[in-house]
Amino acid sequence: MLKLGQPAGWATAALAVTAAVALAVPSAMAQRDPAYEAARSAGQIGEQPDGYLGFVTSPTPAVRDMVNDINIKRKAAYTSGAPAGSTVEQFAFVTGCNLIAKTRPGEKYKAPDGRWLTRDSGAPVRDSRCP
Amino acid sequence: MIGRRFVAMLMGAAALGGCVQIETPDKPIEINLNINIKQEIVYKLDGDAKKLIEQNSGIF
Repeated sequence: MLKLGQPAGWATAALAVTAAVALAVPSAMAQRDPAYEAARSAGQIGEQPDGYLGFVTSPTPAVRDMVNDINIKRKAAYTSGAPAGSTVEQFAFVTGCNLIAKTRPGEKYKAPDGRWLTRDSGAPVRDSRCP
Repeated sequence: MIGRRFVAMLMGAAALGGCVQIETPDKPIEINLNINIKQEIVYKLDGDAKKLIEQNSGIF
């Protein structure tokens, strides 16, 4: 019994170590680009309920290119990260719920009715299905 | 003179009687995103979503 249990124990420990290392290694995209951060805090761009960034005001070519690039990367992340049994859109939607919840006061987000709202100190207006 | 007063009274009555109160909704009308998602899937995906944001903070 004990001999049989040991390899499983080792495997579990090895898995745990691998997971810990994977979490500890900083991602190549660990920090927001200063231009991205600036456009967010200036309210030029905001978080949408679908999990993507949107333009609050007519963007400069630089801001437009940057947001399109981020949205392509987000789509790739949703596509590779969507767990079995869920669609890319569903995973993007739940991530969007979290991203709107994480907006800082002064930043923009899109309410379920399509209005761009400015996050204040209170809770944001989110889709009723958000967790 | 009497006619004018009568008209004024009528207008006053009409103004009072015709007072329509419109209640503004305190919540905005919600137009749901065209996405089909069950609550159990929302809760199942919530942890993965949080992890995704943490591990790709540059694009979120």
